[in-house]
Amino acid sequence: MSQHTTGLAIETAGLVKTFGETRAVDGVDLSVPAGTVYGVLGPNGAGKTTTVKMLATLLRPDAGEAHIFGHDVVREADEVRGRVSLTGQYASVDEDLTGTENLVLLGRLLGHGKKAARVRSAQLLEAFGLTEAAGKQIKHYSGGMRRRIDIAASILNTPDLLFLDEPTTGLDPRSRNQVWDIVRAVVAQGTTVLLTTQYLDEADQLASRIAVIDRGRVIAEGTKGELKASVGAGSVHVRLRDAEQRSEAAEVLRRVLDAQVQLEPDPVALTARVSTAASGIAAEQAARALGELARGGVVVDNFSLGQPSLDEVFLALTGHDTHSPKDEVAA
Amino acid sequence: MSTATSTETQDLAPVSAESLAALLVGGRRPPRPSAWSASLTFGWRAILKIKHVPEQLFDVTAFPIMMVLMYTYLFGGALAGSPKEYIQFLLPGILVMSVVMITMYTGVSVNTDIEKGVFDRFRSLPIWRPSTMVGYLLGDALRYTIASVVMLAVGMIIGYRPDGGAGGVLAGIALLVGFSFAFSWIWTMFGLMLRTEKSVMGVSMMVIFPLTFLSNVFVDPRTMPGWLQAFVNNSPITHLSSAVRGLMAGDWPADEVAWSLGWAGLFVLVFGPVTMRLYNRK
Repeated sequence: MSQHTTGLAIETAGLVKTFGETRAVDGVDLSVPAGTVYGVLGPNGAGKTTTVKMLATLLRPDAGEAHIFGHDVVREADEVRGRVSLTGQYASVDEDLTGTENLVLLGRLLGHGKKAARVRSAQLLEAFGLTEAAGKQIKHYSGGMRRRIDIAASILNTPDLLFLDEPTTGLDPRSRNQVWDIVRAVVAQGTTVLLTTQYLDEADQLASRIAVIDRGRVIAEGTKGELKASVGAGSVHVRLRDAEQRSEAAEVLRRVLDAQVQLEPDPVALTARVSTAASGIAAEQAARALGELARGGVVVDNFSLGQPSLDEVFLALTGHDTHSPKDEVAA
Repeated sequence: MSTATSTETQDLAPVSAESLAALLVGGRRPPRPSAWSASLTFGWRAILKIKHVPEQLFDVTAFPIMMVLMYTYLFGGALAGSPKEYIQFLLPGILVMSVVMITMYTGVSVNTDIEKGVFDRFRSLPIWRPSTMVGYLLGDALRYTIASVVMLAVGMIIGYRPDGGAGGVLAGIALLVGFSFAFSWIWTMFGLMLRTEKSVMGVSMMVIFPLTFLSNVFVDPRTMPGWLQAFVNNSPITHLSSAVRGLMAGDWPADEVAWSLGWAGLFVLVFGPVTMRLYNRK
């Protein structure tokens, strides 16, 4: 039990899960400090859910080890189950039952007496703004309501570690913001959260450390700042008045910034990725580039200097982008 | 779904961060529930489902009534001279047959539940592992009781008179429900093992039809060819229906009751562990 002293909520080494020929999880190493939100970022099918299911004792790893607060997920599964809670991609409550019935059912299973379970359910429904829907069957809930009741079901007993597996997939932006608020409130009380997401801005908003996974492997890990710094200082975005001047502008940017220049789908826009590590220097160079463009008679309508987005980080790390059909919501 | 979602979300009350925080801090973890209490809670879930989807009682009401009427009037004249004579012999047997047939819906409901996320939630709880399955079976035991009462009422209306009186009838039903509870572990196993609801149905039919028809439910096995008698006389359904028939007639068929309970124990011992193995692996 030496892991107790290290303050790690999750520690895995070489975690592997195969389904037939597919290595869904292919040697994942994670160290999640207690009391933080840890983001696991990756496209559909990267192995996020499989990893979470192994950590939540729902799937048995084929190789490797995982400890939750020092407890082995296979040998001490029961101990682990007592400390974690899981919210899946689908609302994992009973669709045929009402909101109240679901929460009372789970409350009873977690050891609350009849009365205590009722009281706690009513309080949770109230806090989640679901009092009016308490008597309705879950199958009549909207997407946002389902996600709420699912999270409510996960915190009937305040867990030490909460798994949120793509908690906002398929939600509209407004419901998404509300789920984020809930996550922040939960973390503020000391619960560790492992959040999986395919939305870069979600990881950016909530997580303090992020692991990027792709094809069952962790391809990068660190704080948001570290991940962004690893791909360069930032990008210079330029919009021109006249599309015909674009190749000329690209030439100037390439020369002055010594950067890769990308022509955007918009015929008047172009982006230069500045490779220097320090962004202070990038700003200086960008100013110089702007001057050069003006001298060359290129009319610039709009100009901005940005930190690399996690999108760019992802592209740089994997060599492919993150787009999946569900991505529109995130954009 | 997306349009409905966004319009409904507008009306959703906001999440109250303050009361949420208070709840998270205030929540003390109670001791985990006992095996029995967890099983009963899952049984309560099964009853809630009946409350919300009462149509599922069709198979324990309409189906048994149909079975009693159909077989009494179909075979009664030919086998016993008249339906009224035949029902004295048939009712305990058809009771056994119908209830044992109804048990196969357990597999279907287990199978449809796994498809839904709620199953993963149950599996991630720190509770006695078999309680989920025991809960299904407790809920089903209620259904079997309903079916038995319905059939008995129909039988009495068309002329069945149990010589064993209320005591004999109750003992018979108790034995039948107990046996069915044990027998249902076969279905929980298939429910977890097979991929689709349809395949569960298909396999269940393959098991249940020969098992229930090849018994002494309809006729005395002495009229059957020797090789068939060997099977029929040793079938758990034959033992069970002899035991129930005896109890309801006011006898005490100790051997047949012992055989029925023995088979019941065997079913639990064999299919219980297999079910739990599948459940843990799922």
